[in-house]
Amino acid sequence: MGTSTRVVVTGLGATSPIGGDVPSTWEAALAGRSGVRTLEADWVAKYELPVTFAGQLAVPADAILSKQEIRRMDPSTQIAIIATREAWADAGSPDVPGERLGAVVSTGIGGVWTMLNAWDTVRDKGARRVLPLSVPMLMPNAAVANVSIEVGAKAGAHATVSACASGAEAIGYAAEMIRNGRADVVVAGGTEACIHALPMATFAKMQALSTRNDDPAGASRPYDVTRDGFVMGEGAGIVVLESEEHAKARGARIYAVIGGVGMSADAYDVAPPDPSGDGQERAMRLALKDAGVTGRDIVHVNAHATSTPVGDGVEAKAIRRMLGGEADHAVVSATKSMTGHLLGGAGALETIFTVLAVQQHIAPPTINVNEVDADIDIVITKNGPVDLPQGQIAAINNSFGFGGHNVALLVQSV
Amino acid sequence: MANTEQEVLDGLAEIVNEETGLPTDSVERDKSFTDDLDIDSLSMMTIVTLAEEKFDVRIPDEEVKNLTTVGDAVDFIVKAQA
Repeated sequence: MGTSTRVVVTGLGATSPIGGDVPSTWEAALAGRSGVRTLEADWVAKYELPVTFAGQLAVPADAILSKQEIRRMDPSTQIAIIATREAWADAGSPDVPGERLGAVVSTGIGGVWTMLNAWDTVRDKGARRVLPLSVPMLMPNAAVANVSIEVGAKAGAHATVSACASGAEAIGYAAEMIRNGRADVVVAGGTEACIHALPMATFAKMQALSTRNDDPAGASRPYDVTRDGFVMGEGAGIVVLESEEHAKARGARIYAVIGGVGMSADAYDVAPPDPSGDGQERAMRLALKDAGVTGRDIVHVNAHATSTPVGDGVEAKAIRRMLGGEADHAVVSATKSMTGHLLGGAGALETIFTVLAVQQHIAPPTINVNEVDADIDIVITKNGPVDLPQGQIAAINNSFGFGGHNVALLVQSV
Repeated sequence: MANTEQEVLDGLAEIVNEETGLPTDSVERDKSFTDDLDIDSLSMMTIVTLAEEKFDVRIPDEEVKNLTTVGDAVDFIVKAQA
């Protein structure tokens, strides 16, 4: 991005299928615990869903928020607010003028619960019964609008929608806002809460979901030879990004540096990735270039790796080419094996995992990998967490979305 | 089925509480929705929509501006049910 402003991470917040906040989520990730369970909702049987499990929040939003907050916000916004409050407090509630504070929070699907509930009302009871806040609740920018209000972010509030790359793209965009001088502090991340019959039925019809109904916790198995699709998850991740100068001036704790942002598009298909992986590799190489490092410097990758037969292999080859050499200097974690796929929330939660990995010099495990697909020639953390080298290290978090959106964020230790 | 004035007041108080978090006993006949209860126009439309459903009445949009106080709304609903 051509300027010398360094962007650092000073606050983390999350709610996920494996924990209601960052400490519990990270602890569960290092312990290799799955958050995937059989769904108890009546609509699963009612609509004969072929997939009966998902990664639901470990701590439901209504256990945290007031009744009025639950009523006035779509579930995807509710959990973005929960994660924002944690991240903002974790950053020490920075004293920054609103005009220098930004918000970038995205979602892949948006307010699907609100939209479909409102449609049920219109269809069954007529237009008079629809609630007036339905549109401001269902719009894809609802989460970031509420986050901007929550923290008083007036430098700009943006929702960078790119399916399952949304959360990472939001953090990349936020880093750019700081580097190009639009803001000193930006609250950024992604959210998703769409464990609902319609998205699940659609993803199942695409044959994108695992159908391992008899073994939910073992269903998300990236790179394993028996992987059969991704597992729906829900959750939100929010980070507080800050210019290094601003963070140091206020004596903030710095977790890590967002050293590089790489984005590209496949221009290939609305669903599967370009099988060459060229777009994914290009995003990673742009992140390397942005940070002024090479593939040899990368010691850890938090892969997009959703556990689909095609996707994991394409990405693994792209990672292999990006790393160069024997590719054995980097360990690759697929944390969706534990959390399921948080769609628009995934890139944000996995950025948090990457930040903690470089800060604590440990890569989280990839669970459920019994036999690595012979096609996959990268080192996977399949036997548990792996210690990363001491000293200055760099890692990459990959996030890719339907539509061919590729985002790679390069995270460096302080 | 017609409700008594007290039943309508209690029902409205429940709706206001659900929507705004205000305690039900603060929703009294002489309170102004905007000045005393700090209810904005979108919240007011939400309350009216929920009240229509709860009391099975129709409150025309052009009538809402005349419902200044809680008592105005109670009276309108009781009359509409009659």
